[in-house]
Amino acid sequence: MNSKTVEIKDRKNMKPLDEAQWPSQFNLTVDHDPDDLWDDSRIIVNIGPTHPAMHGALRVVARLNGEIIEKSYSEFGYTHRAKEKLGEHRTYHQFIVYTDRLNYCSALMNNIAYAMSVERLMGVEVPTRAVWLRMMCMEIARVIDHFICIGINAVDLGAFSYFLYGFHQREEAYTLIEKLCGARLTTSYARIGGMAYDAPEGWEKEVKAWVERTREVIDEMNVLLTDNKIWRKRTEGVAVFDQQSCMDYSFTGPNARAAGIDVDLRKAQPYLYYSDVEFDVPLGQNGDCFDRYMVRLEEIKQSLNIISQCADRIQKGPIWSEDKRVRIPDKEVVHNTMEGLIHHFKFFMTGFQVPPGEAYSAFEATNGELGFYISSKGDSMAHRMRIRGPSVSHFQGLNQMIEGSYIADLVAALGSINIIAGELDR
Amino acid sequence: MIRNDVRTLVPTHFGNWLERYGDTWSSQISELKEKFGDSVVEVHYPGKQAVEVPVVVVKRESLLEVLRFLKNEVKYHFLADLTATDEHPDSVRFHMVYNLMSHQNDFIRIRVKTYLTEEEPVVDSIVSLWPGANFHEREVWDMFGVQFAGHPNLRRILMDERWDGHPLRKDYPLQGYQFFPTPQEVDADQLKD
Repeated sequence: MNSKTVEIKDRKNMKPLDEAQWPSQFNLTVDHDPDDLWDDSRIIVNIGPTHPAMHGALRVVARLNGEIIEKSYSEFGYTHRAKEKLGEHRTYHQFIVYTDRLNYCSALMNNIAYAMSVERLMGVEVPTRAVWLRMMCMEIARVIDHFICIGINAVDLGAFSYFLYGFHQREEAYTLIEKLCGARLTTSYARIGGMAYDAPEGWEKEVKAWVERTREVIDEMNVLLTDNKIWRKRTEGVAVFDQQSCMDYSFTGPNARAAGIDVDLRKAQPYLYYSDVEFDVPLGQNGDCFDRYMVRLEEIKQSLNIISQCADRIQKGPIWSEDKRVRIPDKEVVHNTMEGLIHHFKFFMTGFQVPPGEAYSAFEATNGELGFYISSKGDSMAHRMRIRGPSVSHFQGLNQMIEGSYIADLVAALGSINIIAGELDR
Repeated sequence: MIRNDVRTLVPTHFGNWLERYGDTWSSQISELKEKFGDSVVEVHYPGKQAVEVPVVVVKRESLLEVLRFLKNEVKYHFLADLTATDEHPDSVRFHMVYNLMSHQNDFIRIRVKTYLTEEEPVVDSIVSLWPGANFHEREVWDMFGVQFAGHPNLRRILMDERWDGHPLRKDYPLQGYQFFPTPQEVDADQLKD
């Protein structure tokens, strides 16, 4: 990969953790309990599914020795909405709204990734303006998702005001998204072969102003939390997941990069115009909670760079592909001509047919590799709509990650790997 | 109506993969064919069939060996995805799908498939190769009813333990209820060493 990787600046004074220097709780196992207060007794604690520290409806059952987690297992599926089954019984156009509810913190990302997966099967090219618009949307989604991740992680560990700084910028970003598509959370903005609406006049300028404000806020947030002693003690060396474990458990995205795995699909297999913009890929060293936090913080800065580059280069032009199979007919034509009305009716009632074939399309979503494995048999509905949410792999690694650590660190670990129940359960 | 024109070849938004990976793919596939011979049933190749990466279909018995070879010798260290498809009413009903990626080798991807019959939907578990396949295999068991020989803990994952049926099968009804008044109990066996 020809990317220039940046070391996280704030880490320069710190050495990588040596195993001998690990906090003592890592070496504490049942046999070596120094003061056997618990008389060899164990407690089984059930955390979740409806627990404020569990993000969404997740469940972790842990066997505790005092405060140390000896063994645990996790369960999910409490928000299972049968999306993959629905994908087989909805037309490709109808399925767009379901992708909003995958990772609901960055709905735009899922919309666009899904639309691109279907376009890939059909061989549809979208015009330049739509591509730049998609890139801006994807990066805005990445920023707001990372804001929520690091913000909530800090809230879980007691730093409430930090969360509000990010949340304010997030609300402003949602206002920008609302100007695009009229919705804040469940956007449904992308269409197969284009975008639902064009960006309003002057939207790029507003985005640039937001980027400038957000840069200041990021610096402020960095000063507020990164060197905070309590924050460092709660996150450094906590929930370490090294490179080998990351590969074993298919970790992707910021969580893998925090362990030093140099993979970013925007650089590795560039889609959209990511090869035309400049950005760096932040890498961590230790793969602990603190590195995941720092990688996300740095990624926000890089995403803001991408957004401002896109805002500079975006030009006026069409936002819809000319391909008649996928293009939704203009309302002007629908309301005034018979052919337009028939086209509209056929489009929404039966949908368009996707030629037979299959493709696994992977995208660098906020949490990692978001993949759509779509298999088509030439019908207007997919034969198989597999959604590979990055959170599934991350949640799977959680049990190994927290084994032998304090139960309070479970909360830090869960927040730092950013489990989103929507894409976990699908 | 099924279109059979040139559009059925999957193009890519990710640059020209055939140009980027084509030579590597063909050498890897000839290596696989040489090593495993008849176990490689067929190969779908991008540019000829509508796929974006080569799809290597192998016999069920040699799946684990092929994947081990791909992981250790050909450096496909990363299991991107594991899933299945249901080809009902075809008697070769389930297609297991393994998407692999190589971090070391220019992020090249490949897909391995194996076909399972309706009478005997059993395949070797690959948890020994990738511990991360655990949840995915449980999900395939839950959704399709495919069993994995050698899986350490094959139980349902998304649906309740008491659920009847495998929802992603094509013959599963689209509507209906299964109601459980009590939550799923804590499984203490999971917490034993």
